[in-house]
Amino acid sequence: MAGPDAPPADQTDGRLLLLSDADNVLVARRPIAAGETIFVSGVPVRTSKEILLGHKVARQAIAENDKVRKYGAPIGSAIRAIAVGEHVHIHNMKSDYTRTHVIDASDEEKSR
Amino acid sequence: MSEAAKLRGYLRSDGRKGIRNVVVVAYLVECAHHVGREIVGNFRGRDVHLIGFPGCFPNEYAQRMMERLCTHPNVGAVLLLSLGCESFNKFSLSKAVAASGRPVATLTIQNNGGTLSTIADGTAWVGEQLEALKAAETVPMGLDELVVGTVCGGSDGTSGLTGNPAVGRAFDRLVEAGATCIFEETGELIGCEEIMAERAVTPELADELRASVAKAARYYATLGYGSFAPGNADGGLSTIEEKSMGAYAKSGSSRISGIIKPGDIPPSGGLFLMDVVPDGEVRFGFPNISDNAEIVEMIASGCHLTLFVTGRGSVSGSAISPVVKVCANPDTYRKLKGDMDIDAGKILEGHATLDDVGGEILDLIKDVARGETTKSEHLGHREFILTYKSFEPIGPACLPTAAA
Repeated sequence: MAGPDAPPADQTDGRLLLLSDADNVLVARRPIAAGETIFVSGVPVRTSKEILLGHKVARQAIAENDKVRKYGAPIGSAIRAIAVGEHVHIHNMKSDYTRTHVIDASDEEKSR
Repeated sequence: MSEAAKLRGYLRSDGRKGIRNVVVVAYLVECAHHVGREIVGNFRGRDVHLIGFPGCFPNEYAQRMMERLCTHPNVGAVLLLSLGCESFNKFSLSKAVAASGRPVATLTIQNNGGTLSTIADGTAWVGEQLEALKAAETVPMGLDELVVGTVCGGSDGTSGLTGNPAVGRAFDRLVEAGATCIFEETGELIGCEEIMAERAVTPELADELRASVAKAARYYATLGYGSFAPGNADGGLSTIEEKSMGAYAKSGSSRISGIIKPGDIPPSGGLFLMDVVPDGEVRFGFPNISDNAEIVEMIASGCHLTLFVTGRGSVSGSAISPVVKVCANPDTYRKLKGDMDIDAGKILEGHATLDDVGGEILDLIKDVARGETTKSEHLGHREFILTYKSFEPIGPACLPTAAA
């Protein structure tokens, strides 16, 4: 595995990890702050919110109902169009098997 | 080679060897739990572990699990605590333990003068057993005699990147050395069924692997929830399939030798999938209500120790068999260092490779087998949970090696 400071491959931020060539998402190996401009597949993208460790961003545009692919395998479907560099999570994708259960809480509450 | 030869174990009558020599105190209904807790409380810091089944109504699965747990190779003696009117068959459990050559005693609270005198008698008996176990001898034990399980809990987006694949590397090396490795949770393999089936040693087993995941998907669909907690989503996991792909990495890349159900002892070395989802219609609720229920099932199938991969940060240990905590997330490791045995998150920070951490895990397994305590053992974590379930026995296609 390349070091964290290795030069970005195909102009993608070094903090984003590609797990399989077949994937349409990248995984944050380090948190990325809100308001940063990062390169994703050669496209400059401004982050609207913090991308936390282990979270995903779109490696390419993903159309509504398209499969989201990670580890080279489908991990669910987009429930709306997702732009390159956008955070990919439960607000824009869903399971093809069983629904995902979450608790609504502010980030401040969650840190307690 | 020489390192493996240096392992030593307690030889049991069934030929298996233990890496610990624990006195188990087992309550056979919740009403006897307090008495058990008080007895065990008199032996803080010693190898006296409390297990039990809370239910008052009979359950074949629980009966079998308790029998397997009380005759686990890490167990040296067993005290059974009965209230007196519960359904649990203490006679058959006691017979099974006695037949294994282990000292066993049963105290029935209703016939033993109640709480105080049962605590006193139980404490005296356990004290005697601890003294007797001091003289227990060990024999050489090979790495190929070791049974290692893996579970994951408190998963996040890092689990599938570092901790789980690193455990997979350790599993590959253990399987190569002839050891038995067990991975679990068909409910967390939803979406991986096809790629997993390709690794089966026979086409019939491949069908069984697919069927076990389909069963889990049906079961969870009925419940309305996947094996997915809100913390998983906070950690970046969006769906059960995504969590599954990460969890699947724990199995490494060896061929899959068979499917077992909780309490089945694998017939040989190799890699086995444990099918933990009950058979038949949904009864008794969730397959496993928490991570510890899974760890207990691993132990019932003979695991000497369990590798527990966590991203969010579980602090659990277990009664009977040590738990090794592999921390996938570097931030969590820094926050919970005192609870974590292995820092796999450093892979994300570029300080180690998956192979490095896989090697570290393997070395630690050997050390723990030689008697070194894990963090959770040292901290006194001895969680235990056993609930109602029902299973049909596995079919012949599930264990091709046993049939051969």
